[in-house]
Amino acid sequence: MKKLLISTALAAITTAGMASAEAHGASACLITKTDTNPFFVKMREGAEAAAAEAGMTLRSYAGKVDGDHETQVAAIETCIADGASGILLTASDTSSIVGAVTQAREAGLLVIALDTPLSPIDAADATFATDNFLAGELIGKWAAAKLGDGAADAKIAMLDLAVSQPSVDVLRDQGFLQGFGIELGDPNVIGDEDDARIVGNDITAGNEEGGRKAMENLLAVDPMINVVYTINEPAAAGAYEALKSFGRENDVLIVSVDGGCPGVQNIADGVIGATAQQYPLLMASKGIEAIAAFAADGTKPQNTEGKDFFDTGVALVTDEPADGVDSISVAEGTDLCWG
Amino acid sequence: MAGHADDYESVIKTTKSEDVAKFAAHRKGALSKLQHALHVNPALVPLFVLLASIAVFGLLLGSKFFSPFALTLILQQVQIVGIVAAAQSLVVLTAGIDLSVGAIMVLSSVVMGQFTFRYGLPVEVAIALGLVCGMICGYINGWLIAVMKLPPFIVTLGMWQIVLATNFLYSSNETIRAQDIEANAPLLQVFATKFNVGGAVFTVGVVFMVVLMLFLSYVLKQTAWGRHVYAVGDDPEAAQLSGVNVKGVLISVYVISGLICAFAGWALIGRIGSVSPTSGQLANIESITAVVIGGISLFGGRGSILGALFGALIVGVFTLGLRLAGADAQWTFLLIGALIIGAVAVDQWIRKVSA
Repeated sequence: MKKLLISTALAAITTAGMASAEAHGASACLITKTDTNPFFVKMREGAEAAAAEAGMTLRSYAGKVDGDHETQVAAIETCIADGASGILLTASDTSSIVGAVTQAREAGLLVIALDTPLSPIDAADATFATDNFLAGELIGKWAAAKLGDGAADAKIAMLDLAVSQPSVDVLRDQGFLQGFGIELGDPNVIGDEDDARIVGNDITAGNEEGGRKAMENLLAVDPMINVVYTINEPAAAGAYEALKSFGRENDVLIVSVDGGCPGVQNIADGVIGATAQQYPLLMASKGIEAIAAFAADGTKPQNTEGKDFFDTGVALVTDEPADGVDSISVAEGTDLCWG
Repeated sequence: MAGHADDYESVIKTTKSEDVAKFAAHRKGALSKLQHALHVNPALVPLFVLLASIAVFGLLLGSKFFSPFALTLILQQVQIVGIVAAAQSLVVLTAGIDLSVGAIMVLSSVVMGQFTFRYGLPVEVAIALGLVCGMICGYINGWLIAVMKLPPFIVTLGMWQIVLATNFLYSSNETIRAQDIEANAPLLQVFATKFNVGGAVFTVGVVFMVVLMLFLSYVLKQTAWGRHVYAVGDDPEAAQLSGVNVKGVLISVYVISGLICAFAGWALIGRIGSVSPTSGQLANIESITAVVIGGISLFGGRGSILGALFGALIVGVFTLGLRLAGADAQWTFLLIGALIIGAVAVDQWIRKVSA
């Protein structure tokens, strides 16, 4: 018994010694919007793997539902009290969370916003995210190239996320329009374009049910819609069901953003034409590496050149590549997909 | 002895001719007649609002809206909320509320999908187990409310979280794609089967919603069980004293409500094609909205289940009508909010007739 105690104590001392030397033994927090969305599940996997490699402890927290701000604030406070070196955060409420984030930074923690930039973006030490505008632009360019001359008299349905127009919603929507070659109004606002090719905008809540309903509403406005932009792949799958019930599924081009595994499979099945794939696993693993570096010698992560965040990359996935738009195949997309 | 018996009879005779108690007719104006008519037929107000809103949007938008195509599209869009609203109506008639309806619906649909695809059960068995799953959830609600005497709001608030969490934990939030279902288990999508009647498109789901509503309306009006549901909602103690098995009625209401939600889950698979654990998040609020706009009193014991159908349709008409008119989606929410408050105000006014 005594022997066991001594060896445990020795082990504890050794670990403590290592902690003072470098990132080993440091701890980090991951706070996501929910822990049920496959996107965040993949994010946690990435963070756990990177933390294990760096010898760090990872504590994960998540809101109960998307939009659960209170739980996220409580999680930040717990991390500060816990003496963590840094926090990876996908904020539900990007402006209200700033107070708690400032508190954490003042307590000496490195705060990195993952996927969702805070507002203002510099409220966090760094942002590791997908370039959502670029993601939209890629699918917009692809759709225009696919239609060729037909792009001049396309009829476009825009299936967005929510009436509150969160930043990811605006960036993807406006990116798509710019990529397609439509003149933007205010690039911070959805739906203020006056190009006659846009039949209308509707909201989907980012799920199948909303996607179907929004598509039906816009088809009632103009049954000849032939291009459908969707905020994500579940919304795209819903839109496809609506088109199918109208017998239009084969002559409409659907594009989307995300790169989840069911979405990529839907490209193989011809439901979606192309999607812009993002990489949540990379966001989290890079984030943990940055916290490890910060814990070891205080270096802070640098932004991607020419952007106010660290770009974790985006790739167009399609089996019908178009001229002038770089893309990867469905097989490659399947290897990299999440969820 | 004989004189005594005569006495009894004379007492009966005199009381018969007398007015023992009578409802005093206060006002006899057109307004009070209307108030009385609405009290007797609570579904009249929502029916009127529904017809008026169809007429207004028809005038504003012309044939774009006032076509068999657009009008049956509304039916398709409200079918899920309509079916769930039927379940919600039963509960609300007992002076309860069920916040867990949407969660039960989604969990049931996930059970149907996962049992088929994960465990390889025959699709008929998986669907039956999905329906049983809904009934079990309903039974837990009913048992806690009727036997443990916990308030329905609290019980179903808790069950909402529990069922939703179970749904996410069990499914890992994985979607079963429409294409896989179509290829391997088309029975799951049976509610999407379409048929055409002169330009109007109906689905099995829509027919199911309407038949379910008519059936429940009949059962509530014409059977002992139905009258007991109203009695329990109006005054559980009085119902108990008149020999109604209050506990039994309450539990049966929640079990049937759970079963209807499970059917809604099946219909949901038809509607969206896939099995998606994230859908139906707002079904509880939307069903309560339909019930309230439909003129069913949240205080229990009063209202017609057809009102809930009209309530759901009113929301559908406003949503599509405003979209076709090119209005921002926010306006829909604003008008629905106004309708809810208006409906409750009318309900309070009608209640005065019985006061």
